[in-house]
Amino acid sequence: MTTARCGDFRVSYESDSRIFASPVGRVACALFLLLAALAPLAASSYQIDLMSRIGIAVIGAVGLNILTGFAGQISLGHAGFLAVGAYTGARLTALGLPVVVTIPGAGLAAAAVGMVFGIPSLRLKGLYLAMATLAAHFIIEFVVIRWRSVTGGTDGIVVDTATLFGFEFDSAAKVFYLILVIAVVAVLFARNLFRTRVGRAFVAIRDRDISAEVMGIPLFRYKLLAFGVSSFYAGVAGAHLAHQAGIITPENFPITVAIDYLAMIIIGGLGSVLGSVLGAAFMTLVPDLLRIVATALSGSFPALIGLIVSLREAVFGLLIIFFLVFEPDGMAARWRTIKAYWKLWPFSY
Amino acid sequence: MAFFLNLVVTGVVVGSVYALVAMGFVLIFKASRVVNFAQGEFLMVGAYVCLSFLVWLAFPYPAAVLGTLVFAVLLALLVERVILRPMIGEPILSVVMVTLGLASVLRAAVQSVYGTDIRAFPEFFTGEPFRLGGVAVTPAYAGSFVAVLVLMGLLSLFFKYSKAGVAMRATAFDQQVALSMGISVKRMFALAWAIAAMVSVVGGIFLGNMRGGVDGSLAFIGLKVIPVVILGGLDSLAGAFVGGLLVGVLENLAGGYLDPYVGGGAKEVAPFVLLILILMVRPYGLFGTEEIERV
Repeated sequence: MTTARCGDFRVSYESDSRIFASPVGRVACALFLLLAALAPLAASSYQIDLMSRIGIAVIGAVGLNILTGFAGQISLGHAGFLAVGAYTGARLTALGLPVVVTIPGAGLAAAAVGMVFGIPSLRLKGLYLAMATLAAHFIIEFVVIRWRSVTGGTDGIVVDTATLFGFEFDSAAKVFYLILVIAVVAVLFARNLFRTRVGRAFVAIRDRDISAEVMGIPLFRYKLLAFGVSSFYAGVAGAHLAHQAGIITPENFPITVAIDYLAMIIIGGLGSVLGSVLGAAFMTLVPDLLRIVATALSGSFPALIGLIVSLREAVFGLLIIFFLVFEPDGMAARWRTIKAYWKLWPFSY
Repeated sequence: MAFFLNLVVTGVVVGSVYALVAMGFVLIFKASRVVNFAQGEFLMVGAYVCLSFLVWLAFPYPAAVLGTLVFAVLLALLVERVILRPMIGEPILSVVMVTLGLASVLRAAVQSVYGTDIRAFPEFFTGEPFRLGGVAVTPAYAGSFVAVLVLMGLLSLFFKYSKAGVAMRATAFDQQVALSMGISVKRMFALAWAIAAMVSVVGGIFLGNMRGGVDGSLAFIGLKVIPVVILGGLDSLAGAFVGGLLVGVLENLAGGYLDPYVGGGAKEVAPFVLLILILMVRPYGLFGTEEIERV
């Protein structure tokens, strides 16, 4: 049994930048992954669907957190980038290409689009950037609806089964494993990114862009890179969404999806990979929990069923407001507080 | 030619409502540096509240409008005190998100009370359409346009001559100096929200009149206001007016002339293409203050 000592005892740079601060974390992570990998054996198809959606949300949220939480660039255009990835993935799969090509392809297409719309970020900050990316969303949406020959317009397109060297991901459980593997890779990559030169440059830009430039970080290149990496994640998430849903239409990607993702990283914790994972899981579970609660209570309050849609929106809005007012650092900060409490327990002074 | 004039006239009228809502947006931004993404939802709430006063409570029109204004002020004060006050000093993203959250709560509230169907809106300006320079104009359009102009005139008089108006301008110019002159900055923030909510609900009532019905899509006006305020300059009331009219005309022209080629939807996307172009060339807009950063 290993225990964490009650204080910060990192004495070398190496131990400071370790991915897992203690062996306990590593073991817990491995156990969690093992559990996730075994879960489809016992889970119902609804639960598998739910877990897949969480996995997709994790990929997208980690990506958005790289851009917004670490590099400090606001994006309201992630629903659009998700759509680019989903349609590219679907079209590439229709050509009979394996997932090792289609998923990176979807990511690259989204990254290219994201970098084009990231160009204004050189001149714009904060608020103005939020508006530019909002415009990006509507322009992408317009193109998706009108470019009928590729996207099928408002009717959408049916997505073929993903394949890998003859192996077909033809059941929900198989798609879930695909999502799980990619999500783990995505999270690990993000966690490692912030131990590298590039990741640290992102954080420097977020904290003070002018100082970052003075220290020799080419702002334009790194901002574009942040947009690229982040939309690559969005594209990958989009491609999985396409495989998981089986059919995609422009209605899968309204502006509210972009807001959902922002809500995930805010509730989870800006600038924290763990936070994005927690936020993504939480925000995906909330609507389903609400539905279950509402259905359970519908015996005594029949009107509740009709209100589910607005109830979801209201709870969603209240959650954002609540977290921003009372816990601006999100669930990740809460988790750190809880850990710190137990470190000193039972002598907390 | 008649087609062109028709598009321009409708564009100007719809644009005047955009201008009104944009003024609310600019007011809040000028006073407290908050970008209110829930402006469109205020407009929608206003239209629905006015509708309930008219239909459910059978109020006469002036009383219903007055009631809506009172409701808007109360709602704005509540929102400002409970949600926006704790956000002072927080990063921009948090402020943007909190107004987006507020927008979603307001939409849900309206949806749960009124449902998602389109509801007929009682007309205030009745009568036959009349012709103006070869263009048929409905009384709802003409009446709304004139009313918007009058309202804007009143607002500019308020800012120029009334004590509260001057105090608000002082707060927008420099909060520290305003505080040392004995102006309550908090009260000015609240006042800005109250006025902004009032002009938005008035915009909602006019739009309800023009369209003859209200539904959830009214809230999208809030997003359309963003190109307007960027074009005019985020902190310029005159800019909001000019920007509103320009965007109204532009989207109508785009809809009229481009839709046959792209198959519809040009009207919705044109303001956002414009937004990107302005942001690249002149981010502070036509009349906004250019922000200069010094190290």
